[in-house]
Amino acid sequence: MTTLLQVSNCTKRFGGVVANEGISLTVNEGEIVGLIGPNGSGKTTLFSSIVGAHPVDEGSVQFDGAEITRMNVPSVARLGLLRTFQQTRIYGKMTCMQNMAISAPTGRGLKSMFGGFTADEVTRAEELLDFVGLSSKRFLRGGELSFGQQKLLEFAMALMARPRLLLLDEPTAGINPTLINGLIDRLKRANAQLGITLLVIEHNMRVIMNLASRIYCLAHGRLLAEGAPEDIQSDQRVIDAYLGAG
Amino acid sequence: MSSGFATSRFSRGLILTCVVLAILAAVAPVALPTLVKQMTVFWVMVIIAYTWDTMGGQLGYNSFGNVVFFGAGMYASAVLQIAPFTDMAAYTAAGEQGGALVLTNAQYFAGLLPGLLVAAGVGFLLALILGFAILRLRGHYFAIGTLAAGIFVAQIVANWEYLGAGSGLTMPGFPGKGAAGDQAKSTFFYYLCFGLAGVTFLFLQWLYSTRFGLAANAIRDDEDKAEAMGLPTGRYKIIAWAISGFFLGICGALYGNFVIHVDPEDVAFDGAGLGVWMVLMVVLGGKGSLWGPLIGAVLFHVTKELLWTYLLGLQYVVLGLLVIVIVVFFPEGIVGWLRQRFPNRFGERVEAGEVR
Repeated sequence: MTTLLQVSNCTKRFGGVVANEGISLTVNEGEIVGLIGPNGSGKTTLFSSIVGAHPVDEGSVQFDGAEITRMNVPSVARLGLLRTFQQTRIYGKMTCMQNMAISAPTGRGLKSMFGGFTADEVTRAEELLDFVGLSSKRFLRGGELSFGQQKLLEFAMALMARPRLLLLDEPTAGINPTLINGLIDRLKRANAQLGITLLVIEHNMRVIMNLASRIYCLAHGRLLAEGAPEDIQSDQRVIDAYLGAG
Repeated sequence: MSSGFATSRFSRGLILTCVVLAILAAVAPVALPTLVKQMTVFWVMVIIAYTWDTMGGQLGYNSFGNVVFFGAGMYASAVLQIAPFTDMAAYTAAGEQGGALVLTNAQYFAGLLPGLLVAAGVGFLLALILGFAILRLRGHYFAIGTLAAGIFVAQIVANWEYLGAGSGLTMPGFPGKGAAGDQAKSTFFYYLCFGLAGVTFLFLQWLYSTRFGLAANAIRDDEDKAEAMGLPTGRYKIIAWAISGFFLGICGALYGNFVIHVDPEDVAFDGAGLGVWMVLMVVLGGKGSLWGPLIGAVLFHVTKELLWTYLLGLQYVVLGLLVIVIVVFFPEGIVGWLRQRFPNRFGERVEAGEVR
C-alpha cells in the first residue's frame, strides 16, 4: 500500500488557542479512514490545514509524496485532494447540472478556463446525479433542495472532480436514517469502484464503525488514539473523552 | 450547445430577438433624427450596464470603480487624437478659449482609430493592475476599495496639467460645420456606440456560455467552495474585470468624442453619477441575467430623459423614488421577479421520480 496522505507533527494555533498540536496521521491509497472526536477537538481545523485553507504553523503535509504544506487551496484541489464542508456548500443559484458541470476537473490554462463542456462531462454529470439519487431534480437550483439533498449534491460534485483523496466532513449529518444507509453504500462504492480514498469526519458511530478500516480519535487538539474500529470502540481513553460509558 | 447547463445559449429565439433589435436600432436615427443624441447616450448606457453586470451580476463583485476604465479610455483616446497634430500641453493650457482643435477629415479618422484601440488597451491594463491590487477584497470591502480607486484616479487626472487638469480638455471637432455637421457627428457616433453595444453583448453571451459563465456564477454563489473545488478564482476575477475594462475603455473614448468637452469629474470619472447609475440599471433590470442590463438601461434612460425634460429640479427626487419602489417590490430586479413568477420559462423543473 502506498501512502497517499502524510500529516507529520502538525500544529495550528489561532491566537492563544492551540487547535491542533503535534498531529501525525497517514492515509494509504484505497483506504477509508475515520476521524472522530468531541466537538471542538480540532477535526475540521485539521481538514482546513491539510487542504491549505489554514496553513499549519508547524509540521508538514505531504500528498502522494509531494510537499503541499504551503500550497494554496485551488492548487491542492487540482492535485486531486478535495474536501467537503460541514456546513454544506453548493452553488445555490445554479441548477444541479450546472453545479456538477463546473465541478469537473479544471486547470489554470486559458483552454480549461474558457473552453466548453464536452458531451462526456454532461453524461458523467447525469450519471453521478443519478448515483446519488438526484436525477429528477437536476434542473432545479441547488438552493431549492433540502439540506440532506444538498449534502448528496455536494458529494456528487466532489466525485465529478475525480479526486484521489476526498476529505468528507460529517457526510451524514442532517440526513434521515433511511437515506444514511444508502449513503454508506454509496461511499463504499465510490471507494471500491471509483478508487477514491476517503478520510471521513463522523459523529454517527454506527456509520463510521461500518465504513472505516482505521480510525483516528482527536481530543483537545491532540491525537488520542488510533486503531481498528473495534479497538477504538473499546479504548478506555476514547470512551472517557468521547463515546461515554454506554 | 446541447449541454443544457450553460448559463446562456445562442438559441434561435435569442438570435431572432437580436436581429429584430438590430434592425430597429439601425433604422432609429433615420426614423427619429431629433432623438439621435439621446439614443447614442442610451447605447453607451447599455454598454456600461452589461460590462458592470460581468463583475456585479455574474461574479457578485459590486464595483463602484468601473468609471476608472471609462474615463481612462476617454483620456487615452484624447491624447492619441490631439498630441500627433498639435502641442498637447499648449492646447490643454489654452482650454476652451482656444477652441476645439480643427483637423482635416483624414487627420480626424487617422487619430480616432488608434485612439479607440489604445483606449481599449488602457482600460484592459488598468483593470488588470487594479484587479491584482484589490480583487483580494470581498463583498463590501471590494465595493469600498473600488469607490476609493475611482476617486483616486479622478483626482490624479484632475491635477494633471498635460491633460488639462481640473478644467478638462476639448476633443478635436468632428469634420463638418453647423447643424448638419453636428447631426452627422451624432449619427456617426450613434452607429459606433450601437455597434460596440452589439459586439459587447454578443461577446459576453459567448463568454458566459463557456466554462467562464459557470465559474463566475460559482464564485458569486460561494467563492470558498469554488476555491475548494480547484477553480482558479483569482484569475477568473481579474480576467473578468479586464474584459469589462476593455469594452469600457472604447466606450469612454466614443463618449468623449461624442460630448466633445471632457471634464475629469463630471464626464470622465463621474463616480457619483455614472458610477452609481451603472449599478442602478443592472439592479433594476436583474443582475446576472441575459436581458436584465438592457431592460434596466431602457427603464433608467427613458425615465431619466423624461424627468430631466419635464421635472427638472425634482429629477433626482423622482429618480430616487423610482429606485425605492423597484428595490422594495422587485428586489431581484425585473428579470429576477419574472424568474420567480415563471420558473419554468427559465428552465427550472422537477421531473417525475422520487429521491431515493
